Amino acid sequence: MVEPVTRDGILIQARGLVKRFGDFTAVDGIDVDVRAGEAFGFLGPNGAGKSSTMRMVGCVSPPTDGELQIMGMDPRRDGPAIRARLGVCPQLDNLDPELTVRENLTTYARYFGIPRRVARERAAELLDFVQLAERAGSKVEPLSGGMKRRLTIARAMVNEPDIVLLDEPTTGLDPQARHLVWERLFRLKQQGVTLVLTTHYMDEAEQLCDRLVVMDGGRIVAEGSPRTLIERYSTREVVELRFAGETQEAFAGKLDGLAERIEVLPDRILLYVTDGDGAVAEVHARALTPASVLVRRSSLEDVFLHLTGRTLVD
Amino acid sequence: MALLEATAATRPQAGLVGRFPALAVLEYNLVAYRRTWRAGVFSSFLLPLLTMVGFGVGVGAYVEAPVAGVPYLDFLVPGLIASTALQVAIGESTWPVLGNFEWIKIYFAQASTPLRVADILGGQLGFVLFRVLTSSLAFLLVAAAFGTLHSPWALATLPLVALIAAAVAVPVFAYSSSVRSDSYLALLFRFAVIPMTLFAGVFFPVESLPMVLRWLAYASPLWHGVDLCRAATLGVAPAWSVPGHLLYLAAWVAVGWWLAHSAFRRRLVV
Ligand SMILES: Nc1ncnc2c1ncn2[C@@H]1O[C@H](COP(=O)(O)OP(=O)(O)O)[C@@H](O)[C@H]1O
Ligand SMILES: [Mg+2]
Repeated sequence: MVEPVTRDGILIQARGLVKRFGDFTAVDGIDVDVRAGEAFGFLGPNGAGKSSTMRMVGCVSPPTDGELQIMGMDPRRDGPAIRARLGVCPQLDNLDPELTVRENLTTYARYFGIPRRVARERAAELLDFVQLAERAGSKVEPLSGGMKRRLTIARAMVNEPDIVLLDEPTTGLDPQARHLVWERLFRLKQQGVTLVLTTHYMDEAEQLCDRLVVMDGGRIVAEGSPRTLIERYSTREVVELRFAGETQEAFAGKLDGLAERIEVLPDRILLYVTDGDGAVAEVHARALTPASVLVRRSSLEDVFLHLTGRTLVD
Repeated sequence: MALLEATAATRPQAGLVGRFPALAVLEYNLVAYRRTWRAGVFSSFLLPLLTMVGFGVGVGAYVEAPVAGVPYLDFLVPGLIASTALQVAIGESTWPVLGNFEWIKIYFAQASTPLRVADILGGQLGFVLFRVLTSSLAFLLVAAAFGTLHSPWALATLPLVALIAAAVAVPVFAYSSSVRSDSYLALLFRFAVIPMTLFAGVFFPVESLPMVLRWLAYASPLWHGVDLCRAATLGVAPAWSVPGHLLYLAAWVAVGWWLAHSAFRRRLVV
């Protein structure tokens, strides 16, 4: 890998970064440090400002305010030089459907000034990597969503980038396709490629990210590794109780003192506890008989919902 | 895997494409064109052939009096070369540009690479010029075969059609990148291309037009192109001064480039 250009191996540094569209503030003063070799995630609901942030980092969207340094360079001034060292997988695929799979890679490589012969070799190598080698000569149009996504990821690797930006890499894919993408991204991470990704899938963030920030309404509301976030914003275990009857509310009062935090949902009650089985025993000791009981480990989803709320954002 | 062996050697910036990144955009367009070029070449020759037969043998038989001192077909050919250049240039700067923003979205992919807006614009213009030059060359060959070219200056029509093409394509880039639906593109054909083709001296000298229409013809880039091409194929002096024509067309390119660059920027850098 090319040596990181900044001290401390920080490849991306944002301070008070702001993006406004007219009067609307999409990114509202965020501070971010991404270190060389790590997988860094932006987790957040729709409209949180993840893509706006990624586009500023990708040097296609000038920051409205604040500081942004990428590999020691200033996106306002050094856009082309920075973009030469980035790999970008945008939220929506923008492959050319009329070209073949291979041509999509080779024509894109040429935008980086890569010689034709090298471009062909690299295309072959990358198509192997994303398991599309047999489709090299076929048009992109009929490919499945997962195949197109893998091709976009391969395209992002064609210039051997120092940082790969992945905006919702698996949104809209079926489970098999998602797992294949994850596995490929995990391989890249193992090879030391710095990954920056956005997602609203908790499992994706838990699987791939060393560190992440939770964004909501253009701000960062929490930051840390998946483990530390779960420790800080949730408990070790969660007990999900379902009571038969009209409302769960009626039972909530009877659970006082059983958990660090109790959340009452229309169809179930969540107990945030350290010891799930202990809490269940206590519930039964109080002569309560829930229709169903589930003890599970706390997940990033609990953190996410705790921090960004359960209201649907579309 | 060699993914991580990124060294100076695997980050080549040298070579022609390294120095002129717009060439990479042109190359992309040529790769895409490979799929349809046969049909393109066929129609490039078919159109002039039909013209020669239709106008030369058909209409020409009715227009017995020479126009501007030459047989009607010989008068018409340079005008058609210029107006075909116009049609091809506008065809290639409307739907493809709208599509690259709205449908394929390839411009957004290109903008995320080291390419600058000017490179994307330059590569697209390069492809327009390629299409115009190849179809004009076909027209010129057919015209020569029918003996309608009077002077070796006819070769000058090639750089001239490139200039005409740039003069119309670049401002049209600005238009096509500012509209969101292709119904606006049809308006351009109805209100600019067709009137220009009919009244800018392609089929008859503009001197036979009433004064108001004549000035409209003078204002259009096509008339300047037609006058220059006609002077070239007939080997006569143009109606206007040559530098005057060239400067007027160059002004369309310059103003158009400024408009197109800001329009592309508005879409690609937000
Ligand atoms: N070009 C734009 N013009 C106006 N508003 C925009 C633009 N891009 C994004 N937004 C708005 O900014 C907010 C954040 O969008 P985005 O960054 O795409 O969020 P996310 O990727 O987290 O879903 C949204 O409310 C969106 O509507
Ligand atoms: Mg987004």
